[in-house]
Amino acid sequence: MDLTKGLVVDSVTGVDVALPIAGPGARSFAFIIDWHIRTILTVAWYVVAAMLHNRSLYVNAPLTPDSAWFVYVIAPPAAIYFLYHPVWEVATRGHTPGKRMAGVQIVSTEGGAPSVGSLLARNVFRLVDSFPIAYAVGLITTMVTRHHVRIGDLAAGTLLVYVHDGAPLTGYSADRLAGNQLDATTAEVVSELLQRWETLDNTARRRMAQTILADTTEDDAILRARLESLGTGGPS
Amino acid sequence: MNESAREHALKVTLLRRSQLWKNAADRTRRLAGKKTDDAADAIFVADDYRMLAHDVAKVRRLLPDSRAREYLETAYAQAHASLHRPAWHPGSALLSLFRDEIPAVVRWLRPHIVWATALFILTVITGYSMVHTYPDLIALFASPELIATVERGQLWTEGLLNVVPSSVLSLQILTNNIVVSLFAYCAGFLFGLGTLYILGLNGLMLGAVFAFTSLHGLGNDLFTFVVAHGCVEISVMCLSGAAGAAVGEALIRPGAATRAESFRRAALQSGKLILACALLLVGSGLIEGYVSPNPVFPLWTRLAIGVSYWLFMIVLLTGWLFGARRRGKAPPSLP
Repeated sequence: MDLTKGLVVDSVTGVDVALPIAGPGARSFAFIIDWHIRTILTVAWYVVAAMLHNRSLYVNAPLTPDSAWFVYVIAPPAAIYFLYHPVWEVATRGHTPGKRMAGVQIVSTEGGAPSVGSLLARNVFRLVDSFPIAYAVGLITTMVTRHHVRIGDLAAGTLLVYVHDGAPLTGYSADRLAGNQLDATTAEVVSELLQRWETLDNTARRRMAQTILADTTEDDAILRARLESLGTGGPS
Repeated sequence: MNESAREHALKVTLLRRSQLWKNAADRTRRLAGKKTDDAADAIFVADDYRMLAHDVAKVRRLLPDSRAREYLETAYAQAHASLHRPAWHPGSALLSLFRDEIPAVVRWLRPHIVWATALFILTVITGYSMVHTYPDLIALFASPELIATVERGQLWTEGLLNVVPSSVLSLQILTNNIVVSLFAYCAGFLFGLGTLYILGLNGLMLGAVFAFTSLHGLGNDLFTFVVAHGCVEISVMCLSGAAGAAVGEALIRPGAATRAESFRRAALQSGKLILACALLLVGSGLIEGYVSPNPVFPLWTRLAIGVSYWLFMIVLLTGWLFGARRRGKAPPSLP
């Protein structure tokens, strides 16, 4: 992890907290997922409510729409579409389903959870970021700013960082390490190789195992057993 | 012991602590996800934070490109966020916002409010004078349908409730007004020019339409229609413009802070006023949907509603509604 590329936050312990900043790619990925979710919800509500209102499979607006049409068919999907981000972000203090899937989260520039005011401000400024179409202003701003933030983030003092909730920790065998049979980096490589063993191509995994073990054995099962006995015990 | 052996021993000692890291990370995750009410967990987090800081410092030096470091950095950041997360009391936060913070923002924005209001009044007068002198200029500000209706001696608001129900009308109006208000605020990002444009355009349109209806003997009717909701709606337009102007000024004259920091402060502070404006516009929209187009209400009732709602706005924005003056507590001043 390169500390110069992330957000570095002072800590009372004297050891800085390093947060890897999400760039335009991760932000766009999260946005696209969220856009699909809110569009699907919006369309689904509209179609179902319109069919119920019209008492038929016809989903177009009636010639003279009444209050019920606007209150039950038009207003809720509009609210879902336009309030999706602020409501999710305020309720979860910086997450949306799309951000969770992309492994990113909104934090304040101090590294903590953003305030409600900040979250609302960053959403109000979507009006500017979405100009002229397809979030062009926001996307360009994320490309040219140091912390890859859009104008809404600049106004709110927030940014997006990567979160690795499920970051695996290699199972280190202390005995093997102490016995100088395996260094920490090799232990991690072995652990990862065993973890991905079934998904790797036969030739590729055999070549990697042979390199680590300095062994020319061609049998997959033997190579795997030797790797396991090397002392990692697989991922924990 | 040579240097290499010493370093290896340090790595081994460090990696033997991996179970402690996992326990600390699990505890932090439980607390962050509010999946535990265990006080012991909360007490342990402070110790975990120190322990993780200690090990992060070591792992950065000994194993800079390892999975162990990635795991530790994440656990450390999560513990930091958990420990530094402020308490969340929505009730008291809202009370503080309306009683102390919004009045402080209004005081801070007083010069901007004066200037925005002056600009708005000036553009209203300009629009009125232009159309009163050259009636054909109304085509710059109003749609052909509106012009044709007024030329027939009717206001476009007559019979409005026959076309659209009050609830729908209110919803459309308040949504539109809130969007315009947010635009006036956000447009301050263009160094205040966007805000000036929105304020100026709205002022010109209001003046022009009043002049045009007056020329056709409908000025009083338009005033009767507007007065109930217009007092607050126009005031909110000026307040949003003032908030946008403050954002613009922060970019033009950042002072001692950096431009980005100055912009952030101004946007966050003036944003609080925009929240109050949005709430006021909801009330305005309801009045415009239910009272303004309804011929049942006479002028004096409309005046009473308009002035009362405007006074309510003043009481809300000064914090008096929530006891700011009664308590004798001076709202905090802004930096």
